[in-house]
Amino acid sequence: MTGEAMELNGGIESTGISHVIAGESIDVSHRAILYLEGVTVSFDGFRALNDLSFSIDVGELRCVIGPNGAGKTTMMDVITGKTRADAGTVFLGQTIDLSRRSEYEIARLGIGRKFQKPSVFENLSVWENLELALSGPKSVWHSLFHKRNSEEADRIDAMLRRINLIERPHAPAGLLSHGQKQWLEIGMLLMQEPQILLLDEPAAGMSDEETERTAELFRSLEGKHSLVVVEHDMDFVASLARKVTVLHEGRVLVEGSMAEVQNNAQVVEVYLGR
Amino acid sequence: MDAPAMPDNSFYSRQAWLILGLFAAVVLFVIPALRLALPPDNPLHLSDYYLLMLGKFMCYAIVALAMDLIWGYAGILSLGHGLFFALGGYSMGMYLMREIGAEGQYRSLMPDFMVFLDWKEFPWYWAGTEYFSLALLKILLVPSLLALIFGWFAFRSRIKGVYFSIITQALTFAFMLLFFRNDTGFGGNNGFTDFKRILGFSLAHPGTRVALFAITGLALILTLLLCRYVVLSKFGRVLAALRDAESRTMFSGYNTRDYKLFAWTLSALLCGIAGALYVPQVGIINPSEMSPANSIEIAIWVAVGGRGTLAGAILGAAIVNGAKSYFTVAWPEFWLYFLGALFVVVTLYLPNGVMGLARRRER
Repeated sequence: MTGEAMELNGGIESTGISHVIAGESIDVSHRAILYLEGVTVSFDGFRALNDLSFSIDVGELRCVIGPNGAGKTTMMDVITGKTRADAGTVFLGQTIDLSRRSEYEIARLGIGRKFQKPSVFENLSVWENLELALSGPKSVWHSLFHKRNSEEADRIDAMLRRINLIERPHAPAGLLSHGQKQWLEIGMLLMQEPQILLLDEPAAGMSDEETERTAELFRSLEGKHSLVVVEHDMDFVASLARKVTVLHEGRVLVEGSMAEVQNNAQVVEVYLGR
Repeated sequence: MDAPAMPDNSFYSRQAWLILGLFAAVVLFVIPALRLALPPDNPLHLSDYYLLMLGKFMCYAIVALAMDLIWGYAGILSLGHGLFFALGGYSMGMYLMREIGAEGQYRSLMPDFMVFLDWKEFPWYWAGTEYFSLALLKILLVPSLLALIFGWFAFRSRIKGVYFSIITQALTFAFMLLFFRNDTGFGGNNGFTDFKRILGFSLAHPGTRVALFAITGLALILTLLLCRYVVLSKFGRVLAALRDAESRTMFSGYNTRDYKLFAWTLSALLCGIAGALYVPQVGIINPSEMSPANSIEIAIWVAVGGRGTLAGAILGAAIVNGAKSYFTVAWPEFWLYFLGALFVVVTLYLPNGVMGLARRRER
């Protein structure tokens, strides 16, 4: 194992939780933590992803933009195991092939995903939502005999403060505002202690102030986690001010800084032209 | 500021424990003692009719609890739970048939229906049916193994919602047709009846009846406590989570297929136990227990009582079956209209059933 990989796993173990399946550590010796290579997905002849190649580095914050139908959500579906690629490979680190894993295994390997539409457990309380997201053993047997403990409560408490829901721990999640649900879902993702966070339109439906605080949160996560943010809101993407990937018709059109991307003739044409 | 308290997760309130304790005392001690100690003409002596009725209701209540676990908590509507009930009943029934010995109409050691079919020896799957211990094992294993296999395929293929319900309905219907055939070896449309004794005790003896009644009451109480434990555990919260947002549950690292399969199989197991307790009390088991209408009725009990409350399931089973007993005697032709109307009223005005009504009152 390389120094970097050791450090990555060491960071997780220091919190007292090893959520990586025993014996499987993510080899990031070549800096990249997630690789997609030549990924193609077709739905009834329509190529949602067309020979897509894409990778992100450890600790990177990457924004992905693109017009409707560019394949942004399909890309997330492929990474998280919801959709199987017709061709191509998806690797976590150098060694873990994700294309053979099911959703829950991929989640346990350290990939967390936020959906476009906020997806929380509406009939459970905010506290219970975070509790279920906690990293740790998740088998049927464990859940049947698990006892709540103060260490978990402390972690949940810290997260409640971080996502500004400390006032309403016992409210059913279904009663939260749209923005609060978005935050709760982000909080749930962080409870999983993922290596990679995939965030599909995290700022949708948020007020300006909430959007600003979300951007701040993501910037603070950079370095500790790798983040992929899919967004339509250009101001939000600009405020994150990181490397941007533009998808178009199922493949990468351009990659670069926000300024480079905005001034790229092809990107302008895709967004404005035709 | 202190950490917010963990959610209140106490097993039951003092009041609920009191009600449960009272129920246990009445069913396990008061009714049996009064029946055995007092002469039949004493008003405190529960008549055979009511003892049987209460015993039946308690079996139904176990089934309702099993249904609530899978429908109320995991959101999986089964319209085939009557099948698991019947399989538990048939497992017990096979043993009871062997206990008749040579006292059947044909004075043969073979059950009457086999003599009638001119069978000379028991089919292979009747081997060992004379042992009570094996019958118990089968009661526990047959319904749950069927559920396990069926559930494994259904949940693996991610069959959900109404499609799942329809397939369970088809499953029970297919088994009903199978059991109707005389050649299947389970007594055809007459099923099993004319039982004489269980473990050597005469089924007609008052002591046996009271014992069966008390065992059923105990089984109901234990089932309630078990279900309560399950739904209050983290497992129960994962069930509620996958009911509301299955994708989120999977992306949180839970193998939802295993969770559904466990709840589903446990539910079938409980139904099987209920069926096995039902048969010696009622004295008959036949394929009509597997009819689609029977399974739908189970869902109605739970809907009437209130889904996802456990206590509501018991209440619903009692209310609907109480009404059924009354109607089928007083106005038999109106029972199905009443049942239909009840379902419409509950769906339109009482989405949370009787328990929902009680809770609204409290506020």
